[in-house]
Amino acid sequence: MAKNVAEKQASSRELTKAQWKLKEMKQNWVAYVMVAPYMILFTLFTIVPVVLSIFISFTDFNMLEWPNIVWLKNYVTLFFDDDIFLIAIKNTFIFAVIVGPSSYLMSFLVAWFINELPPKIRAIVTLIFYAPSISGQVYLIWGTLFSSDSYGWANAVLIKLGIIDAEIAWFQNEAYVMPLCIVVSLWTSLGTSFLAFIAGLQGIDHSLFEAGAVDGVRNRWQELYYITLPSMKPQLMFGAVMSITGSFGFGGIVTALAGFPSVNYCAHTIMHHLEDYGGQRYEIGYSSAIAVILFLMMIGANMLVKKILSKLGT
Amino acid sequence: MAKLRTRNHKVVLARSAGGDAGISVVLIILGAFMFLPMLYVIMQSLKPLDELWMFPPRFYVMSPTLKNFRDLFTLMNISWVPFSRYIFNTVLVSVAGTFGHLFLASLAAYALAKIKFPGRDLMFQMVQLSLMFNSTVTTITSFILMSGLHWLDTYTALIVPAWCSSLGLYLMKQFMETNVNDSVLESARLDGASELKTFWVIAMPMVKPAWLTLIIYCFQGLWNAGASMYIYSEQYKSFNYAIGQITAGGIKRAGASAAAQVIMMLVPITVFVISQSNIIETMGSSGMKD
Repeated sequence: MAKNVAEKQASSRELTKAQWKLKEMKQNWVAYVMVAPYMILFTLFTIVPVVLSIFISFTDFNMLEWPNIVWLKNYVTLFFDDDIFLIAIKNTFIFAVIVGPSSYLMSFLVAWFINELPPKIRAIVTLIFYAPSISGQVYLIWGTLFSSDSYGWANAVLIKLGIIDAEIAWFQNEAYVMPLCIVVSLWTSLGTSFLAFIAGLQGIDHSLFEAGAVDGVRNRWQELYYITLPSMKPQLMFGAVMSITGSFGFGGIVTALAGFPSVNYCAHTIMHHLEDYGGQRYEIGYSSAIAVILFLMMIGANMLVKKILSKLGT
Repeated sequence: MAKLRTRNHKVVLARSAGGDAGISVVLIILGAFMFLPMLYVIMQSLKPLDELWMFPPRFYVMSPTLKNFRDLFTLMNISWVPFSRYIFNTVLVSVAGTFGHLFLASLAAYALAKIKFPGRDLMFQMVQLSLMFNSTVTTITSFILMSGLHWLDTYTALIVPAWCSSLGLYLMKQFMETNVNDSVLESARLDGASELKTFWVIAMPMVKPAWLTLIIYCFQGLWNAGASMYIYSEQYKSFNYAIGQITAGGIKRAGASAAAQVIMMLVPITVFVISQSNIIETMGSSGMKD
């Protein structure tokens, strides 16, 4: 009898918990109405495409015929039978590993260097560093600077100095395409994370630095390590996500400067491979597999870096 | 313990002259790397033809001329689709995309930041996760989706996806969380204001820097958008795409293409200069917790 009562009480408590949740949902129905338009579109244009890619990557869909399920065949072909894809993976990694951390470091260092300048000057310097990343296709100027004839700066200067005696076709030469594209993408990479760092540095409570000075912080490097970095960890995290995502999605600059495909696929990235199979050959199943791999690489890199950063200063 | 330096009873932070000099040198070198190419674009656009094709090339322009800009306008007038149409397309897509995004994202951000309801953490985590991959991943399947919706080759295909970009919502939600005081909202609710009214009348004016930032980010993205996979017809293509066509014209058009690039970059740069302080303020709360 007593047991029964206890059970009944427990079940009624559970019922109230579910009821309570339902009540909470009903009470806040306005919130759902407010979120709905955005979330529906977000689901349709971000979540659905990702999930759909995963499904399609197991088929041989080509937009014309009814798709057959081929399981892992696309992935097997990618890794064992598609030499160009392996080049693309290698190049994407090289770009990401060089451009991601360099642009992150450069964004932080510049933001930190200009932090103590007077506000007016700081605004001008911010503009100088930020402008290339928002100016659309202005990076095409690098094509002029490194043009293949002697009207380009690089060739003209090198010929004048006697280092080379014939013009180099920079963007048609396997040895130079990758390094040049890396330089150009670094040039355009001081974007959102740079601004987040500037704001993060500005937001640090100044009394912390004074307290640090009292406690024996002797130079700016100690101050950076003991006070500045730990105080702006959330911004560092946000900046890392923006830099990583940007560096993996890299490819547009190569197409614009070196053409598509680049000489001997020397700067072919996963993005190009995806465009090639999806946008031009309509092998949707195959290109979805490429997209899934790119997706996993981006998410994986982000998770890894977040884990490393969360250990910072603890 | 190091001797504490003070000036006017305020602690002076440890700064060595050597460090200042070193930092200045690095900053000047990096600054030159960033700035000189930008300056060179402007120089190129002002050079007459004989200076553009001069050997050895010269950085500064000797007899500046606006001829390149005039040539650009002439080229615009003889293009097959009138150039004003490309400009109209870009302006229409940028404006409609930006304001739709602003409205939907701030409405959702307010609910996510200020109303406690079951499911809100999950929703925000999804948005945060989507910052970790870029839209390249979804281009192919979005294309299928667009064709299923019969949106291919319409403005809708360019405008509606811009409404649900995740960076805007993320920044707005973070900013509202730190900058909108809960007690103000609470007193408005007690006075009988509906949630929608509280959002519009109380919260939105408090987050002006965030919505300016959102407008600028969205606008820049749409303004700089080139050829889209979703559009085939010439008359729906963007200004940026048309500029690219002029640039691809080769040697004869080097001057006009430099002029076109200057025009393209002027808009986002001007917008940024006007609103820089607001953007920086918004970024102050952009931080991500683990």
